[in-house]
Amino acid sequence: MAMTMTQKILAAHAGLSQVRAGQLIRAKVDLVLGNDITTPVAINEFEKHKLGSVFSKDKIAIVLDHFAPNKDIKAAEQSKQCRAFAKSNGISHFYDVGDMGIEHALLPEKGLVAAGEAVIGADSHTCTYGALGAFSTGVGSTDMAAGMATGECWFKVPSAIRVHLTGKPQKWVGGKDVVLSLIGRIGVDGARYKSLEFTGEGVAELSMDDRFAISNMAIEAGAKNGIFPVDEKTAAYMKGRVTRAYQVYEPDGDADYDETVEINLSELRPVVACPHLPSNTKPVDQVNNVKIDQVVIGSCTNGRLSDLKIAAALMRGRKVAEDVRVIVIPATQHIYREAMRLGYLDTFIQAGCAVSTPTCGPCLGGHMGILADGERAVATTNRNFVGRMGHPGSEVYLAGPAVAAASAVFGRIASPEELEQEGN
Amino acid sequence: MQANGTVFVYGDNVDTDVIIPARYLNSSDPKHLAAHCMEDLDASFAKRVHAGDIIVGGSNFGCGSSREHAPLAIKSSGISCVIAKSFARIFYRNSINIGLPILECAQAAESIRQGDEIAVNFESGVITNQTRGETYQAEPFPEFIRQIIGSDGLLNSLSK
Ligand code: SF4
Repeated sequence: MAMTMTQKILAAHAGLSQVRAGQLIRAKVDLVLGNDITTPVAINEFEKHKLGSVFSKDKIAIVLDHFAPNKDIKAAEQSKQCRAFAKSNGISHFYDVGDMGIEHALLPEKGLVAAGEAVIGADSHTCTYGALGAFSTGVGSTDMAAGMATGECWFKVPSAIRVHLTGKPQKWVGGKDVVLSLIGRIGVDGARYKSLEFTGEGVAELSMDDRFAISNMAIEAGAKNGIFPVDEKTAAYMKGRVTRAYQVYEPDGDADYDETVEINLSELRPVVACPHLPSNTKPVDQVNNVKIDQVVIGSCTNGRLSDLKIAAALMRGRKVAEDVRVIVIPATQHIYREAMRLGYLDTFIQAGCAVSTPTCGPCLGGHMGILADGERAVATTNRNFVGRMGHPGSEVYLAGPAVAAASAVFGRIASPEELEQEGN
Repeated sequence: MQANGTVFVYGDNVDTDVIIPARYLNSSDPKHLAAHCMEDLDASFAKRVHAGDIIVGGSNFGCGSSREHAPLAIKSSGISCVIAKSFARIFYRNSINIGLPILECAQAAESIRQGDEIAVNFESGVITNQTRGETYQAEPFPEFIRQIIGSDGLLNSLSK
Protein backbone atom coordinates (compact mmCIF):
# COMPACT_ATOMS: atom_id res chain seq x y z
CA MET A 1 0.00 0.00 0.00
CA ALA A 2 1.25 3.49 -0.83
CA MET A 3 2.46 5.62 2.06
CA THR A 4 2.82 9.34 2.80
CA MET A 5 6.23 10.78 3.73
CA THR A 6 5.30 10.76 7.42
CA GLN A 7 4.07 7.16 7.24
CA LYS A 8 7.35 6.06 5.66
CA ILE A 9 9.41 7.60 8.44
CA LEU A 10 7.18 6.07 11.10
CA ALA A 11 7.28 2.64 9.44
CA ALA A 12 11.08 2.73 9.32
CA HIS A 13 11.29 3.67 12.99
CA ALA A 14 8.82 0.95 13.95
CA GLY A 15 10.78 -1.67 12.03
CA LEU A 16 7.79 -2.32 9.76
CA SER A 17 7.73 -2.46 5.98
CA GLN A 18 4.37 -0.79 5.91
CA VAL A 19 1.95 1.14 8.13
CA ARG A 20 -1.50 2.52 7.46
CA ALA A 21 -3.48 5.45 8.86
CA GLY A 22 -5.08 4.66 12.21
CA GLN A 23 -2.65 1.89 13.10
CA LEU A 24 -1.07 2.06 16.54
CA ILE A 25 2.65 1.44 16.52
CA ARG A 26 5.64 1.61 18.80
CA ALA A 27 8.60 3.36 17.20
CA LYS A 28 12.18 4.23 18.08
CA VAL A 29 12.91 7.92 18.42
CA ASP A 30 16.16 9.68 17.57
CA LEU A 31 15.73 12.48 20.08
CA VAL A 32 13.64 13.23 23.19
CA LEU A 33 13.27 16.91 24.06
CA GLY A 34 12.13 18.74 27.16
CA ASN A 35 12.25 22.29 28.51
CA ASP A 36 12.39 23.93 31.93
CA ILE A 37 8.60 23.63 32.39
CA THR A 38 7.88 20.11 31.15
CA THR A 39 11.11 18.35 32.13
CA PRO A 40 10.63 18.67 35.92
CA VAL A 41 7.24 16.90 35.64
CA ALA A 42 8.87 14.16 33.56
CA ILE A 43 11.76 13.85 36.02
CA ASN A 44 9.31 13.44 38.92
CA GLU A 45 7.52 10.63 37.06
CA PHE A 46 10.82 9.10 35.95
CA GLU A 47 12.01 8.94 39.54
CA LYS A 48 8.68 7.96 41.11
CA HIS A 49 8.46 4.93 38.83
CA LYS A 50 12.14 4.09 39.30
CA LEU A 51 12.79 3.98 35.56
CA GLY A 52 16.54 3.67 36.23
CA SER A 53 18.88 5.29 33.75
CA VAL A 54 18.24 7.13 30.48
CA PHE A 55 18.31 5.12 27.26
CA SER A 56 21.03 7.28 25.72
CA LYS A 57 22.74 10.34 27.12
CA ASP A 58 23.29 11.68 23.60
CA LYS A 59 19.69 11.43 22.42
CA ILE A 60 18.02 13.61 25.00
CA ALA A 61 17.96 17.39 24.79
CA ILE A 62 17.00 19.58 27.72
CA VAL A 63 16.75 23.31 27.06
CA LEU A 64 16.08 25.90 29.75
CA ASP A 65 14.29 28.54 27.70
CA HIS A 66 10.77 29.29 28.91
CA PHE A 67 11.34 31.08 32.20
CA ALA A 68 15.12 31.34 31.84
CA PRO A 69 17.12 33.34 32.81
CA ASN A 70 15.05 32.40 35.87
CA LYS A 71 12.17 34.81 36.31
CA ASP A 72 11.38 33.94 39.92
CA ILE A 73 12.17 31.51 42.71
CA LYS A 74 9.84 28.76 41.45
CA ALA A 75 11.43 28.97 37.99
CA ALA A 76 14.87 28.83 39.57
CA GLU A 77 13.91 25.66 41.44
CA GLN A 78 12.70 24.04 38.22
CA SER A 79 15.89 24.94 36.37
CA LYS A 80 17.91 23.61 39.27
CA GLN A 81 16.09 20.28 39.11
CA CYS A 82 16.75 20.00 35.35
CA ARG A 83 20.41 20.88 35.83
CA ALA A 84 20.89 18.23 38.51
CA PHE A 85 19.15 15.56 36.43
CA ALA A 86 21.19 16.44 33.33
CA LYS A 87 24.40 16.28 35.32
CA SER A 88 23.70 13.01 37.11
CA ASN A 89 22.61 11.34 33.87
CA GLY A 90 25.44 12.84 31.80
CA ILE A 91 22.98 14.40 29.29
CA SER A 92 25.24 15.82 26.57
CA HIS A 93 22.70 18.18 24.99
CA PHE A 94 21.84 20.29 28.00
CA TYR A 95 21.52 24.02 27.30
CA ASP A 96 21.59 26.55 30.10
CA VAL A 97 21.82 30.35 30.24
CA GLY A 98 24.79 31.53 28.19
CA ASP A 99 24.54 28.92 25.45
CA MET A 100 20.84 28.24 25.32
CA GLY A 101 18.33 29.45 22.78
CA ILE A 102 14.65 28.81 22.18
CA GLU A 103 14.52 25.02 21.80
CA HIS A 104 12.94 24.82 18.35
CA ALA A 105 15.42 27.26 16.84
CA LEU A 106 18.34 25.78 18.76
CA LEU A 107 18.03 22.07 17.94
CA PRO A 108 18.15 22.42 14.13
CA GLU A 109 20.94 25.01 14.43
CA LYS A 110 23.04 22.59 16.52
CA GLY A 111 22.43 19.78 14.04
CA LEU A 112 20.51 17.72 16.60
CA VAL A 113 17.74 16.95 14.11
CA ALA A 114 18.23 15.63 10.57
CA ALA A 115 16.03 14.61 7.66
CA GLY A 116 14.26 11.29 8.12
CA GLU A 117 14.60 11.23 11.91
CA ALA A 118 11.81 10.84 14.46
CA VAL A 119 11.70 13.29 17.35
CA ILE A 120 9.35 13.71 20.30
CA GLY A 121 9.32 16.70 22.59
CA ALA A 122 7.35 17.64 25.66
CA ASP A 123 6.40 20.89 23.96
CA SER A 124 3.65 21.30 21.41
CA HIS A 125 5.83 23.16 18.89
CA THR A 126 8.20 20.21 18.50
CA CYS A 127 6.55 19.89 15.07
CA THR A 128 8.98 22.63 13.87
CA TYR A 129 11.55 20.08 12.63
CA GLY A 130 9.23 18.94 9.86
CA ALA A 131 10.96 21.72 7.92
CA LEU A 132 14.01 19.44 7.76
CA GLY A 133 12.03 16.49 6.43
CA ALA A 134 11.94 14.85 9.87
CA PHE A 135 8.91 13.47 11.71
CA SER A 136 8.54 15.41 14.94
CA THR A 137 5.62 15.94 17.27
CA GLY A 138 4.67 17.28 20.68
CA VAL A 139 3.79 14.89 23.51
CA GLY A 140 3.06 15.03 27.26
CA SER A 141 5.47 14.80 30.18
CA THR A 142 4.53 11.15 30.76
CA ASP A 143 5.64 10.40 27.19
CA MET A 144 8.88 12.27 27.78
CA ALA A 145 9.60 10.24 30.90
CA ALA A 146 8.95 6.99 29.06
CA GLY A 147 10.93 8.20 26.03
CA MET A 148 13.95 9.02 28.18
CA ALA A 149 13.84 5.53 29.69
CA THR A 150 13.19 3.47 26.57
CA GLY A 151 14.04 5.57 23.49
CA GLU A 152 10.64 4.63 22.15
CA CYS A 153 7.21 6.13 21.87
CA TRP A 154 3.84 4.86 20.73
CA PHE A 155 2.04 6.59 17.88
CA LYS A 156 -1.20 6.40 16.03
CA VAL A 157 -0.24 6.57 12.36
CA PRO A 158 -1.77 9.75 10.92
CA SER A 159 -3.49 10.26 7.59
CA ALA A 160 -2.46 13.42 5.77
CA ILE A 161 -3.59 16.60 4.10
CA ARG A 162 -1.46 17.64 1.15
CA VAL A 163 -0.72 21.35 0.96
CA HIS A 164 0.29 22.01 -2.61
CA LEU A 165 2.30 25.21 -3.01
CA THR A 166 2.73 27.00 -6.31
CA GLY A 167 4.01 30.44 -7.32
CA LYS A 168 6.50 32.73 -5.70
CA PRO A 169 5.70 34.91 -2.68
CA GLN A 170 5.70 38.69 -3.09
CA LYS A 171 8.33 40.82 -1.44
CA TRP A 172 6.96 41.14 2.09
CA VAL A 173 5.26 37.74 2.31
CA GLY A 174 7.08 35.15 4.44
CA GLY A 175 6.54 31.74 6.01
CA LYS A 176 4.34 33.21 8.73
CA ASP A 177 1.93 34.65 6.16
CA VAL A 178 1.78 31.29 4.39
CA VAL A 179 0.95 29.33 7.52
CA LEU A 180 -1.50 31.90 8.92
CA SER A 181 -3.29 31.90 5.56
CA LEU A 182 -3.46 28.11 5.66
CA ILE A 183 -4.83 28.05 9.24
CA GLY A 184 -7.32 30.76 8.30
CA ARG A 185 -8.60 28.47 5.58
CA ILE A 186 -8.74 25.09 7.33
CA GLY A 187 -9.32 26.24 10.93
CA VAL A 188 -7.65 25.43 14.23
CA ASP A 189 -8.74 21.78 14.07
CA GLY A 190 -8.70 21.45 10.28
CA ALA A 191 -5.80 19.01 10.43
CA ARG A 192 -6.65 17.35 13.75
CA TYR A 193 -4.61 14.18 14.19
CA LYS A 194 -3.27 14.46 10.64
CA SER A 195 0.00 15.27 8.96
CA LEU A 196 0.32 18.36 6.83
CA GLU A 197 2.56 17.41 3.92
CA PHE A 198 3.84 20.30 1.82
CA THR A 199 4.50 19.68 -1.85
CA GLY A 200 4.75 21.55 -5.13
CA GLU A 201 7.19 23.80 -6.93
CA GLY A 202 6.38 26.62 -4.51
CA VAL A 203 8.42 24.84 -1.83
CA ALA A 204 11.66 25.81 -3.60
CA GLU A 205 10.68 29.48 -3.25
CA LEU A 206 10.66 29.23 0.54
CA SER A 207 13.80 29.69 2.62
CA MET A 208 14.59 27.29 5.45
CA ASP A 209 13.53 29.97 7.94
CA ASP A 210 10.18 30.25 6.11
CA ARG A 211 9.75 26.49 6.32
CA PHE A 212 10.60 26.42 10.03
CA ALA A 213 7.92 29.05 10.68
CA ILE A 214 5.37 27.04 8.69
CA SER A 215 6.09 23.65 10.30
CA ASN A 216 6.20 25.36 13.70
CA MET A 217 2.55 26.36 13.44
CA ALA A 218 1.23 23.03 12.10
CA ILE A 219 -0.03 22.39 15.64
CA GLU A 220 -2.14 25.55 15.41
CA ALA A 221 -4.21 23.70 12.79
CA GLY A 222 -4.42 20.71 15.16
CA ALA A 223 -1.91 18.73 13.11
CA LYS A 224 0.34 16.04 14.49
CA ASN A 225 3.20 17.19 12.27
CA GLY A 226 3.89 19.39 9.26
CA ILE A 227 6.56 18.09 6.93
CA PHE A 228 8.51 19.42 3.93
CA PRO A 229 10.29 17.48 1.21
CA VAL A 230 14.09 17.50 1.40
CA ASP A 231 15.73 19.60 -1.33
CA GLU A 232 19.01 21.43 -1.94
CA LYS A 233 18.13 24.12 0.58
CA THR A 234 17.55 21.48 3.27
CA ALA A 235 20.80 19.74 2.43
CA ALA A 236 22.69 23.05 2.46
CA TYR A 237 21.22 23.88 5.87
CA MET A 238 22.25 20.52 7.34
CA LYS A 239 25.73 20.65 5.84
CA GLY A 240 28.27 21.44 8.54
CA ARG A 241 25.60 21.01 11.21
CA VAL A 242 24.63 17.36 10.88
CA THR A 243 27.66 15.08 10.79
CA ARG A 244 25.87 11.71 10.93
CA ALA A 245 24.28 9.96 7.96
CA TYR A 246 20.64 10.77 7.38
CA GLN A 247 17.94 9.41 5.16
CA VAL A 248 15.67 11.23 2.74
CA TYR A 249 12.09 9.97 2.45
CA GLU A 250 9.59 10.83 -0.24
CA PRO A 251 5.87 10.10 -0.33
CA ASP A 252 4.77 7.42 -2.78
CA GLY A 253 3.39 8.89 -5.98
CA ASP A 254 0.02 7.31 -5.34
CA ALA A 255 -0.06 8.00 -1.59
CA ASP A 256 -3.53 8.54 -0.21
CA TYR A 257 -4.33 12.07 1.01
CA ASP A 258 -7.57 13.02 2.78
CA GLU A 259 -7.63 16.24 0.78
CA THR A 260 -5.41 18.65 -1.10
CA VAL A 261 -5.25 22.33 -0.25
CA GLU A 262 -3.87 24.49 -3.06
CA ILE A 263 -2.00 27.66 -2.13
CA ASN A 264 -0.66 30.00 -4.79
CA LEU A 265 2.11 31.86 -2.95
CA SER A 266 2.05 34.74 -5.40
CA GLU A 267 -1.52 35.59 -4.37
CA LEU A 268 -0.81 35.94 -0.65
CA ARG A 269 -0.71 39.24 1.22
CA PRO A 270 0.93 39.79 4.60
CA VAL A 271 -1.72 38.67 7.09
CA VAL A 272 -2.53 39.25 10.74
CA ALA A 273 -4.29 36.77 13.05
CA CYS A 274 -6.65 38.78 15.23
CA PRO A 275 -7.58 37.84 18.81
CA HIS A 276 -8.18 35.20 20.04
CA LEU A 277 -7.47 32.42 17.54
CA PRO A 278 -4.64 31.86 15.05
CA SER A 279 -7.34 31.08 12.46
CA ASN A 280 -8.86 34.55 12.80
CA THR A 281 -6.77 35.91 9.93
CA LYS A 282 -7.20 39.07 7.91
CA PRO A 283 -5.06 40.76 5.27
CA VAL A 284 -3.02 43.43 7.06
CA ASP A 285 -4.71 46.17 5.02
CA GLN A 286 -8.04 45.41 6.71
CA VAL A 287 -6.81 45.92 10.26
CA ASN A 288 -4.41 48.82 9.90
CA ASN A 289 -6.34 51.13 12.19
CA VAL A 290 -5.71 49.08 15.33
CA LYS A 291 -3.60 51.00 17.86
CA ILE A 292 -0.98 49.02 19.74
CA ASP A 293 1.05 49.25 22.93
CA GLN A 294 3.74 46.66 22.35
CA VAL A 295 5.56 44.75 19.64
CA VAL A 296 7.43 41.50 20.20
CA ILE A 297 9.80 40.22 17.53
CA GLY A 298 11.10 36.78 18.49
CA SER A 299 9.96 33.23 19.47
CA CYS A 300 10.41 29.79 17.94
CA THR A 301 8.29 30.94 14.99
CA ASN A 302 10.04 34.15 13.93
CA GLY A 303 13.14 34.82 16.03
CA ARG A 304 15.59 33.67 13.36
CA LEU A 305 18.24 35.68 11.56
CA SER A 306 16.20 36.35 8.41
CA ASP A 307 13.32 37.62 10.58
CA LEU A 308 15.64 40.06 12.31
CA LYS A 309 17.08 41.06 8.95
CA ILE A 310 13.63 41.98 7.61
CA ALA A 311 12.71 43.91 10.76
CA ALA A 312 16.06 45.75 10.80
CA ALA A 313 15.76 46.70 7.14
CA LEU A 314 12.41 48.34 7.85
CA MET A 315 13.49 50.06 11.05
CA ARG A 316 16.84 51.35 9.88
CA GLY A 317 17.00 55.11 10.34
CA ARG A 318 13.50 55.17 11.81
CA LYS A 319 12.13 55.45 15.32
CA VAL A 320 9.67 53.36 17.26
CA ALA A 321 6.39 55.25 17.70
CA GLU A 322 5.85 57.09 20.93
CA ASP A 323 3.99 55.04 23.54
CA VAL A 324 4.98 51.71 21.96
CA ARG A 325 7.41 49.29 23.61
CA VAL A 326 9.30 47.09 21.18
CA ILE A 327 11.08 43.98 22.39
CA VAL A 328 13.40 42.10 20.08
CA ILE A 329 14.53 38.62 21.13
CA PRO A 330 17.01 36.73 18.91
CA ALA A 331 16.09 33.05 19.26
CA THR A 332 19.60 31.69 19.93
CA GLN A 333 23.02 32.93 20.99
CA HIS A 334 24.31 32.25 17.48
CA ILE A 335 21.55 34.37 15.93
CA TYR A 336 22.23 37.05 18.55
CA ARG A 337 25.91 37.24 17.61
CA GLU A 338 25.22 37.24 13.89
CA ALA A 339 22.62 39.99 14.31
CA MET A 340 25.19 41.96 16.27
CA ARG A 341 27.91 41.42 13.66
CA LEU A 342 25.57 42.49 10.86
CA GLY A 343 24.51 45.64 12.70
CA TYR A 344 20.84 44.65 13.16
CA LEU A 345 20.96 44.97 16.93
CA ASP A 346 22.42 48.44 16.67
CA THR A 347 19.62 49.41 14.30
CA PHE A 348 17.02 48.14 16.76
CA ILE A 349 18.58 49.92 19.73
CA GLN A 350 18.92 53.18 17.81
CA ALA A 351 15.26 52.92 16.83
CA GLY A 352 14.34 52.61 20.49
CA CYS A 353 13.82 48.85 20.88
CA ALA A 354 14.87 46.69 23.81
CA VAL A 355 17.03 43.74 22.77
CA SER A 356 16.99 40.68 25.01
CA THR A 357 19.04 37.54 25.53
CA PRO A 358 17.28 34.46 24.02
CA THR A 359 14.19 33.36 25.97
CA CYS A 360 10.56 32.39 25.32
CA GLY A 361 9.68 35.12 27.81
CA PRO A 362 6.68 37.13 26.60
CA CYS A 363 5.49 34.53 24.06
CA LEU A 364 3.74 32.56 26.80
CA GLY A 365 3.19 35.47 29.15
CA GLY A 366 6.15 34.34 31.22
CA HIS A 367 8.32 37.42 31.65
CA MET A 368 10.12 40.15 29.64
CA GLY A 369 7.02 41.98 28.39
CA ILE A 370 3.76 41.01 30.05
CA LEU A 371 0.67 42.92 28.91
CA ALA A 372 -1.69 44.82 31.23
CA ASP A 373 -5.50 44.84 31.02
CA GLY A 374 -6.69 46.35 27.75
CA GLU A 375 -3.25 46.45 26.14
CA ARG A 376 -2.63 45.26 22.60
CA ALA A 377 0.44 43.71 21.07
CA VAL A 378 1.58 42.73 17.63
CA ALA A 379 3.77 39.67 18.03
CA THR A 380 5.67 37.38 15.71
CA THR A 381 4.79 34.50 18.08
CA ASN A 382 2.31 31.70 17.36
CA ARG A 383 -0.61 31.85 19.80
CA ASN A 384 -3.07 34.63 20.53
CA PHE A 385 -5.38 32.83 22.98
CA VAL A 386 -7.06 34.82 25.76
CA GLY A 387 -4.39 35.89 28.25
CA ARG A 388 -1.54 34.28 26.33
CA MET A 389 0.76 37.28 26.79
CA GLY A 390 -0.49 38.53 30.13
CA HIS A 391 -3.80 39.90 31.46
CA PRO A 392 -6.93 38.08 30.17
CA GLY A 393 -8.14 41.50 29.03
CA SER A 394 -5.12 42.02 26.75
CA GLU A 395 -4.98 41.20 23.05
CA VAL A 396 -2.36 39.65 20.77
CA TYR A 397 -2.26 40.09 17.00
CA LEU A 398 0.00 37.56 15.27
CA ALA A 399 2.05 38.63 12.27
CA GLY A 400 5.35 38.16 10.51
CA PRO A 401 8.43 40.33 11.16
CA ALA A 402 7.68 42.83 8.35
CA VAL A 403 4.24 43.75 9.68
CA ALA A 404 5.60 43.77 13.25
CA ALA A 405 8.37 46.23 12.33
CA ALA A 406 6.06 48.51 10.34
CA SER A 407 3.56 48.47 13.21
CA ALA A 408 6.32 49.39 15.66
CA VAL A 409 7.09 52.53 13.67
CA PHE A 410 3.47 53.59 13.17
CA GLY A 411 2.16 52.65 16.61
CA ARG A 412 -0.72 50.84 14.95
CA ILE A 413 -0.99 47.75 12.80
CA ALA A 414 0.64 48.66 9.49
CA SER A 415 1.88 47.05 6.32
CA PRO A 416 5.51 47.29 5.24
CA GLU A 417 4.37 49.00 2.03
CA GLU A 418 2.94 51.89 4.02
CA LEU A 419 6.35 52.38 5.55
CA GLU A 420 8.08 52.24 2.18
CA GLN A 421 5.65 54.74 0.66
CA GLU A 422 6.31 57.11 3.49
CA GLY A 423 9.84 57.33 2.06
CA ASN A 424 12.40 58.67 4.51
CA MET B 1 -9.94 -7.42 29.15
CA GLN B 2 -13.51 -6.34 29.12
CA ALA B 3 -15.63 -3.34 30.16
CA ASN B 4 -19.27 -3.60 31.09
CA GLY B 5 -21.62 -0.84 32.11
CA THR B 6 -24.32 1.74 31.61
CA VAL B 7 -23.74 4.47 29.05
CA PHE B 8 -23.60 8.23 29.43
CA VAL B 9 -23.95 9.87 26.00
CA TYR B 10 -22.47 13.29 25.21
CA GLY B 11 -22.19 15.19 21.93
CA ASP B 12 -19.42 16.57 19.71
CA ASN B 13 -16.43 18.65 20.83
CA VAL B 14 -16.55 17.79 24.54
CA ASP B 15 -13.56 19.88 25.63
CA THR B 16 -11.19 19.38 28.54
CA ASP B 17 -12.59 22.50 30.20
CA VAL B 18 -16.00 20.89 30.68
CA ILE B 19 -14.45 17.53 31.58
CA ILE B 20 -12.60 19.21 34.42
CA PRO B 21 -12.88 23.01 34.73
CA ALA B 22 -9.65 24.97 35.22
CA ARG B 23 -10.84 26.18 38.63
CA TYR B 24 -10.29 22.67 40.00
CA LEU B 25 -6.76 22.23 38.69
CA ASN B 26 -5.25 23.41 41.95
CA SER B 27 -5.04 19.75 42.90
CA SER B 28 -4.41 16.56 40.99
CA ASP B 29 -5.92 14.36 43.72
CA PRO B 30 -8.06 11.81 41.82
CA LYS B 31 -10.97 12.01 44.32
CA HIS B 32 -11.11 15.79 44.00
CA LEU B 33 -11.05 15.57 40.20
CA ALA B 34 -13.73 12.85 40.15
CA ALA B 35 -16.04 14.96 42.32
CA HIS B 36 -16.08 17.70 39.65
CA CYS B 37 -15.86 15.58 36.51
CA MET B 38 -18.20 16.81 33.70
CA GLU B 39 -19.65 19.36 36.13
CA ASP B 40 -20.18 22.17 33.60
CA LEU B 41 -21.84 19.86 31.06
CA ASP B 42 -23.80 17.46 33.26
CA ALA B 43 -23.96 18.53 36.90
CA SER B 44 -25.46 15.20 38.03
CA PHE B 45 -22.77 13.02 36.43
CA ALA B 46 -20.62 12.64 39.55
CA LYS B 47 -23.66 11.54 41.58
CA ARG B 48 -25.05 9.09 39.04
CA VAL B 49 -21.90 7.40 37.74
CA HIS B 50 -21.11 3.87 38.93
CA ALA B 51 -17.86 1.98 38.71
CA GLY B 52 -17.63 0.38 35.25
CA ASP B 53 -19.90 2.81 33.43
CA ILE B 54 -19.02 3.97 29.94
CA ILE B 55 -18.99 7.36 28.22
CA VAL B 56 -19.94 7.64 24.55
CA GLY B 57 -19.07 10.91 22.81
CA GLY B 58 -19.28 12.38 19.31
CA SER B 59 -16.40 13.75 17.31
CA ASN B 60 -13.32 15.58 18.65
CA PHE B 61 -13.80 14.34 22.23
CA GLY B 62 -11.27 15.87 24.64
CA CYS B 63 -10.34 18.91 22.55
CA GLY B 64 -8.82 22.03 24.10
CA SER B 65 -6.03 22.27 26.60
CA SER B 66 -3.59 19.39 27.02
CA ARG B 67 -4.28 18.92 30.75
CA GLU B 68 -3.66 15.31 31.81
CA HIS B 69 -6.18 16.02 34.58
CA ALA B 70 -9.07 15.47 32.13
CA PRO B 71 -8.65 11.74 31.43
CA LEU B 72 -7.61 11.35 35.08
CA ALA B 73 -10.92 12.84 36.25
CA ILE B 74 -12.89 10.48 33.99
CA LYS B 75 -10.89 7.47 35.05
CA SER B 76 -11.11 8.23 38.75
CA SER B 77 -14.87 8.69 38.58
CA GLY B 78 -15.05 4.97 37.74
CA ILE B 79 -15.56 5.14 33.98
CA SER B 80 -14.18 1.96 32.44
CA CYS B 81 -14.02 3.06 28.81
CA VAL B 82 -14.73 6.04 26.54
CA ILE B 83 -16.05 5.44 23.04
CA ALA B 84 -16.27 8.30 20.54
CA LYS B 85 -16.41 9.04 16.86
CA SER B 86 -13.01 10.69 17.20
CA PHE B 87 -10.70 12.03 19.90
CA ALA B 88 -8.49 15.13 20.06
CA ARG B 89 -4.88 14.10 19.67
CA ILE B 90 -3.30 14.92 23.03
CA PHE B 91 -6.35 13.70 24.99
CA TYR B 92 -6.00 10.39 23.18
CA ARG B 93 -2.32 10.04 24.14
CA ASN B 94 -2.88 11.13 27.71
CA SER B 95 -5.75 8.67 28.19
CA ILE B 96 -3.74 5.67 27.04
CA ASN B 97 -0.75 6.83 29.04
CA ILE B 98 -2.72 6.95 32.30
CA GLY B 99 -4.48 3.66 31.54
CA LEU B 100 -7.94 4.83 30.49
CA PRO B 101 -9.18 2.65 27.59
CA ILE B 102 -10.61 4.70 24.73
CA LEU B 103 -11.99 3.44 21.44
CA GLU B 104 -12.89 5.16 18.20
CA CYS B 105 -16.00 3.73 16.59
CA ALA B 106 -18.32 5.94 14.54
CA GLN B 107 -21.03 3.31 14.26
CA ALA B 108 -21.17 2.78 18.02
CA ALA B 109 -21.12 6.53 18.67
CA GLU B 110 -24.12 7.00 16.39
CA SER B 111 -26.19 4.02 17.54
CA ILE B 112 -25.74 3.86 21.31
CA ARG B 113 -28.27 5.79 23.43
CA GLN B 114 -28.20 7.17 26.95
CA GLY B 115 -28.69 4.40 29.51
CA ASP B 116 -27.92 1.47 27.18
CA GLU B 117 -26.06 -1.44 28.73
CA ILE B 118 -22.98 -2.29 26.70
CA ALA B 119 -19.96 -4.57 26.88
CA VAL B 120 -16.61 -3.85 25.27
CA ASN B 121 -14.02 -6.46 24.47
CA PHE B 122 -10.62 -4.79 24.16
CA GLU B 123 -8.98 -7.81 22.55
CA SER B 124 -11.41 -8.12 19.66
CA GLY B 125 -12.67 -4.51 19.55
CA VAL B 126 -16.25 -5.80 19.57
CA ILE B 127 -18.78 -3.58 21.32
CA THR B 128 -22.01 -5.36 22.26
CA ASN B 129 -25.14 -3.33 22.93
CA GLN B 130 -27.12 -5.60 25.24
CA THR B 131 -30.09 -3.24 25.39
CA ARG B 132 -30.56 -3.12 21.62
CA GLY B 133 -29.07 -6.45 20.63
CA GLU B 134 -26.55 -4.84 18.30
CA THR B 135 -22.79 -5.18 17.88
CA TYR B 136 -20.26 -2.71 16.51
CA GLN B 137 -16.66 -3.32 15.49
CA ALA B 138 -13.95 -0.93 16.70
CA GLU B 139 -10.28 -1.29 15.82
CA PRO B 140 -8.88 -3.48 18.62
CA PHE B 141 -5.83 -2.32 20.60
CA PRO B 142 -2.54 -3.90 19.62
CA GLU B 143 -0.83 -5.99 22.27
CA PHE B 144 1.44 -3.24 23.65
CA ILE B 145 -1.39 -0.75 24.13
CA ARG B 146 -3.33 -3.48 25.98
CA GLN B 147 -0.26 -3.92 28.13
CA ILE B 148 -0.12 -0.21 28.98
CA ILE B 149 -3.81 -0.14 29.87
CA GLY B 150 -3.58 -3.48 31.68
CA SER B 151 -0.75 -2.26 33.89
CA ASP B 152 -2.65 0.93 34.70
CA GLY B 153 -0.58 3.33 32.64
CA LEU B 154 2.55 3.74 30.58
CA LEU B 155 4.98 4.30 33.41
CA ASN B 156 3.68 1.41 35.52
CA SER B 157 4.20 -0.78 32.47
CA LEU B 158 7.86 0.28 32.42
CA SER B 159 8.57 0.18 36.18
CA LYS B 160 11.35 -2.13 37.11
S1 SF4 C 1 8.78 30.63 21.94
FE1 SF4 C 1 6.67 30.44 22.64
S2 SF4 C 1 5.73 28.83 21.44
FE2 SF4 C 1 7.97 28.71 21.15
S3 SF4 C 1 8.65 27.18 22.64
FE3 SF4 C 1 8.80 29.18 23.61
S4 SF4 C 1 6.83 29.49 24.67
FE4 SF4 C 1 6.55 27.80 23.21
